[in-house]
Amino acid sequence: MTRFWIGAVAVIAAGLLLAMTDIIANSFWFFAAYVVLQYVVLATAWNIMGGYMGYVNFGSAGFFAIGAYTAIVMYNLIKAPLLVMIPLSGVVCGLMGLGMGYLTLRLRGVYFAIGTLALAVVLETLMVNWDYVGGATGAYVIRPREMEPFGDYVKFLTFVMLVLAVIAVAAARWVERAKFGRGLHAIRDDELAAECAGIPTLRLKLIATTLSGFLMGVAGAPFPLYVGFVEPVSAFNLAYAVNAIAMPMIGGTTMWAGPVIGALLLGTAQQIANVTISSELNLLIVGLVLVLFVTLAPEGIVGLVRKYFGRGR
Amino acid sequence: MAIDLTVEGLEAGYGTVRVLHGVSLDVRDSETVALLGTNGNGKSTLLKCIMGIVRPESGKIEVEIDGERIDLVGLAPREVVEHGIGMVPEGRRLFPRLTVEENLTLGAFRSAARAKLSENLSFCLEAFPVLAQRRRQLAGSMSGGEQQMLAIARALMSSPRLLLIDEPSVGLAPILVSRTIAKIKELKDEHGLTVLMAEQNFNQAIKIADRGYVIVHGEMALAGESADALRENELVKQYYLGTDL
Repeated sequence: MTRFWIGAVAVIAAGLLLAMTDIIANSFWFFAAYVVLQYVVLATAWNIMGGYMGYVNFGSAGFFAIGAYTAIVMYNLIKAPLLVMIPLSGVVCGLMGLGMGYLTLRLRGVYFAIGTLALAVVLETLMVNWDYVGGATGAYVIRPREMEPFGDYVKFLTFVMLVLAVIAVAAARWVERAKFGRGLHAIRDDELAAECAGIPTLRLKLIATTLSGFLMGVAGAPFPLYVGFVEPVSAFNLAYAVNAIAMPMIGGTTMWAGPVIGALLLGTAQQIANVTISSELNLLIVGLVLVLFVTLAPEGIVGLVRKYFGRGR
Repeated sequence: MAIDLTVEGLEAGYGTVRVLHGVSLDVRDSETVALLGTNGNGKSTLLKCIMGIVRPESGKIEVEIDGERIDLVGLAPREVVEHGIGMVPEGRRLFPRLTVEENLTLGAFRSAARAKLSENLSFCLEAFPVLAQRRRQLAGSMSGGEQQMLAIARALMSSPRLLLIDEPSVGLAPILVSRTIAKIKELKDEHGLTVLMAEQNFNQAIKIADRGYVIVHGEMALAGESADALRENELVKQYYLGTDL
C-alpha cells in the first residue's frame, strides 16, 4: 500500500471516529465540514477538465444543481435512500458531461467557457419551470433526524461526503498518473499537435468531461438532504461555479493536491467568514484571494511549494 | 514495409473558402518530395487533408502499403497515424509544459506504438543527441532549433513510414534551417524514411528533395521530376529565386 492509500484510509477512519462518537458535540462543525468537503469534490472534479485538460468549465453550478435535482426526483418518485441517489446523480451528470464533451468539437477556449455558462443558465430555467421538482418555489426534502450508528443525520452526511471526497481525489490521482492524464496534458498544451501525434483527442476529452460531470453530480446529490429545501437560486448559486474554479487555481492545477489544498483553505476561510463577518462577504474573499494568486503565484500553492523546496519537474 | 501516397483531384477548404482546387500529387516509397509554395497557397491544407485534420470536399487520398490500398479520406488523424504516416506540424507545436521525454512518449500514444516505445525512444535520443541532454527539461524552454528537432523526433515515435513535414524552416535562423534540413536528409538516407515536405524556402528544400511540386493558389502549377528541373523552371525563377525573366 502506498503512502497515499494509507493516508486515505487514515482520513476515512478519523472521519468515522469523529462522526460516530461525541468527541465533537456541536453539530455546527459537521455542517461546516460538509461544505468544505463538498468543495473538495467539486474542485477536484473541475480540475480534471480545467486543470489537466485546459477546458474551463464555468457551469459547475449547473452540474452540482442537476446532481441535487436528480436526488429530488428520486426522492419524489420512490423516496430513494441517499446511497441510491448518489450514484444516480453521478450518472445523470456524467451523461451531461458527455454532452458537454461533444461541445469541445466546435468550441475552444473562451467560447467553450461561455458555452458551459450558458448550459447552466438553460438548466436553471428548466428547473424553474418544472413543477415536479418544485419549480421556482422550491422543494422540501424531509431529512431523517438520525442515522444509526452516527446519531445526528448531519454527521452521517458529512462522513458520506468525506468518503466521496477521498474517491474523487483518488480518481484525479489516477488520471494524473495514467497515460490518459498525459494525453489530457497534451490536449491542454496543443490540441492540434496532439491530433498529429495520433492521440485520440475526442475520446480522451469525452472520458474527462464525463468523469468530471459524474463527480460534480455526486457532490450535489446529498445537497437536498443537507439543506432540506432546494430552490433553483440556491442550487445554481454562482458561488459553486466560482469556487470550483478559484479553489484549484489557488491550490495549483497541475496536481491532485492543488484543488484539495485550495478547497480546504478557501472553504474553511468562507465558513469562518460566514459566522464572524457576513455570509455575503464570501465571494469577496474568493475574488481577492484569486486576484492575489493569479498575479503573485500563478502556479498556486503547489507551485510555490515546488519552487521553494526545489522540487522542479 | 513500402508505402506510396497518391492524391488525386483534391478539393478542400474552410467554410465557404475553397483552398485546394483539384490538387494531385504522388509520393513513392523512399522518396523525398518537396511541396513548394509561398504562404497561403494551400501547402498546409494539403498536408492536413492527408492527416485527416481537414476533411476534403472531394478527391482521393490513398496509400498503398505493401500492395494493399487504403483510402485515407474520412479517417481520423489517429487512424492515419496507425497506417504509418506521421506529421511534424507547422511552427513545431510541442507540448511546452511537458518535458522532452514526455513529449516523445506522447508521440507513441497508441498501443501499437506503445509496444515499440523504448526502442523508438532510444533511437530518437541517439539520432538527436541534444534531446538526450535535455530529457527532463520543459519543451517550451528550449531554443527554436532544439524544438524543431523535438518536433521531428516526436513524429518519429509512432514509427511512421511516411513523414509529412510542414515548413521545418519557419521561424528559424538560417544556420538552424540548414541543420534541420541536414537532419531530415540523414533520417531519409540512413533509415529509408519517405518524406513529403512543405516548404517555402526553395533553396533549402531543393538540397534534399528528389523532386518537387509547386503549388500556386491551390493548384499544382508544376511537377518537377528532379531538383534540377525545378531549379531551371521559369515559374520557379519568377516566384522563388527572384531572378529577372
